[in-house]
Amino acid sequence: MDEQLKKQLEIAATKVRMGVIEGVYNAKAGHPGGSLSVADTLTYLYNNRMNVDPANPEMADRDRLVLSKGHTAPALYACLAHRGFFPVEELKTLRKIDSRLQGHPVRGKVPGVDMSTGSLGQGISAACGMALSGKISNDTYKVYAVLGDGEIQEGQVWEAAMFAAHYQLDNLVAVVDNNGLQIDGKIGDVMSPYPIDEKFAAFGWHVIVINGHDFDEIEKAFNEAETVLNKPTVIIQRSTKGKGVSFMENQCGWHGKAPNAEEYAKAMEELNAHLAELEA
Amino acid sequence: MEKKATRDSYGEALVMLAEKRPDLVVLDADLAAATKTGTFKAAYPDRFFDCGIAEANMMGVAAGIATTGKLVFASSFAMFAAGRAFEIVRNSIGYPHLNVKIGATHAGISVGEDGASHQCNEDIALMRAIPGMTVINPADDVEAKAAVLAMADYVGPTYMRFGRLAAPIFNDAATYKFEVGKGVQLKDGKDITIIATGLMVAEAIEAGKALAEQGIDARIINIHTIKPIDRDIIIKAAKETGKIITVEEHSVIGGLGAAVAEVVTEECPVPVIKIGVKDTYGHSGPAVDLLKEFGLCADNIVATAKAALGK
Repeated sequence: MDEQLKKQLEIAATKVRMGVIEGVYNAKAGHPGGSLSVADTLTYLYNNRMNVDPANPEMADRDRLVLSKGHTAPALYACLAHRGFFPVEELKTLRKIDSRLQGHPVRGKVPGVDMSTGSLGQGISAACGMALSGKISNDTYKVYAVLGDGEIQEGQVWEAAMFAAHYQLDNLVAVVDNNGLQIDGKIGDVMSPYPIDEKFAAFGWHVIVINGHDFDEIEKAFNEAETVLNKPTVIIQRSTKGKGVSFMENQCGWHGKAPNAEEYAKAMEELNAHLAELEA
Repeated sequence: MEKKATRDSYGEALVMLAEKRPDLVVLDADLAAATKTGTFKAAYPDRFFDCGIAEANMMGVAAGIATTGKLVFASSFAMFAAGRAFEIVRNSIGYPHLNVKIGATHAGISVGEDGASHQCNEDIALMRAIPGMTVINPADDVEAKAAVLAMADYVGPTYMRFGRLAAPIFNDAATYKFEVGKGVQLKDGKDITIIATGLMVAEAIEAGKALAEQGIDARIINIHTIKPIDRDIIIKAAKETGKIITVEEHSVIGGLGAAVAEVVTEECPVPVIKIGVKDTYGHSGPAVDLLKEFGLCADNIVATAKAALGK
């Protein structure tokens, strides 16, 4: 990837992370850990991959993204806001009683949100339906489904995995954000879904494993997915829960907790410093 | 009287619909032969997709298809469509108010020999509780076909309930018009009102005739749309006849009887006596015998009406 583009993406992802912290802090609730781990990939998709138009969010031939791990809505909202779907200032209204930025994404309420999600395991099925519909009418759009690694403990994910392979949905790319942590602890301790790569391969998917915080690898993976025919692709991204905020990194306690005023100040200080470094 | 199972009507109506709706997609979960979506599959194989024995995913897939603007019907037995997949229907279809039509067959106790595991007497209660969900329970072949065609033009999540057992065809195809949300008064009457739905409507008609012979003038109402329910026809019946009996092949908890009672208690309190499955499971046996055993027959409606009137 071009160095300048990479820097632009790193800057955009840092702003998305700031949007996550801003939202969750003001809401006094929400899910910062998984929002931060998936921030780089979502930033890449919305800024450099997906055919979307903030002025026409319901454009028929747009690429779709289903945030199956819907609790990381703060990252999705921050990406959409920075992409121009709604004002960035609105991120501060996350989870407020009069806000359209619900705790989990709602289709039809927020421009750019393609599917209501939040109940884990369901988004991937909806993404399959969108992809199948595209195949039926020979549409060219792509469908992206973003899942958590804990989420794939849900049986419905594997029903969908069978379906996508059976109907050869090569217009579908799933991302599994493998940050290794869920609410009750390490995913391997709570209910191991490993080996994730072999499971998807056995279900008939093309499997790519990457570092989810490396834009070169992210881009390479999505480029590779474009070349795969007659089967869906899953990108399993190794990631760090809480990425970019030192005291949140790899702490499952930050799965669903808002920072207090002091923690908020420290997180924003770190992210601002990183932004200044990138923009220097 | 000629008889046909409303699941057969469903399959045939999908084929009729396909002719005018090229965007129609039909899903099933390995029950196409039983739900009769197989009739559609045979006619339009390119627009039929089997999801395998995976109802949760099927409902999510239906939701995804609906987001792209196509008309989608998703089918399984009521037990699995409304029961197993409840939360997916609630969160992936109901909450985003997507235009998915759920075609649920083998509802109620008339499933017969398969037994209680497959006799869903709770689906109306479950689906009725989902905000924005329309719930349709047609009574015969004519109504079932008309309902499928009408609901295809209606935008919004809809649960449609069909039966396995052949039901008498009492409506006239030439004159019948399906109006969503509108109850149908089949017989006027002043002494008591019998409100029935689905398979029980034909029994209510029989009961009405038997009561007339015994000097009891019963009003008979067919409620094919359980939600949104026709409040006006119910309130009018409550005011004019003073007593209501509801009849449904469903649990007395949360179904038609409950829906009618909700209206009546708010608007015009009169006794509402519910005939249905009484907080219990069914069991294996011939459908007709089971219906009798559980009181879902004209004889029991007659006896209940007479008791209600002290006769």
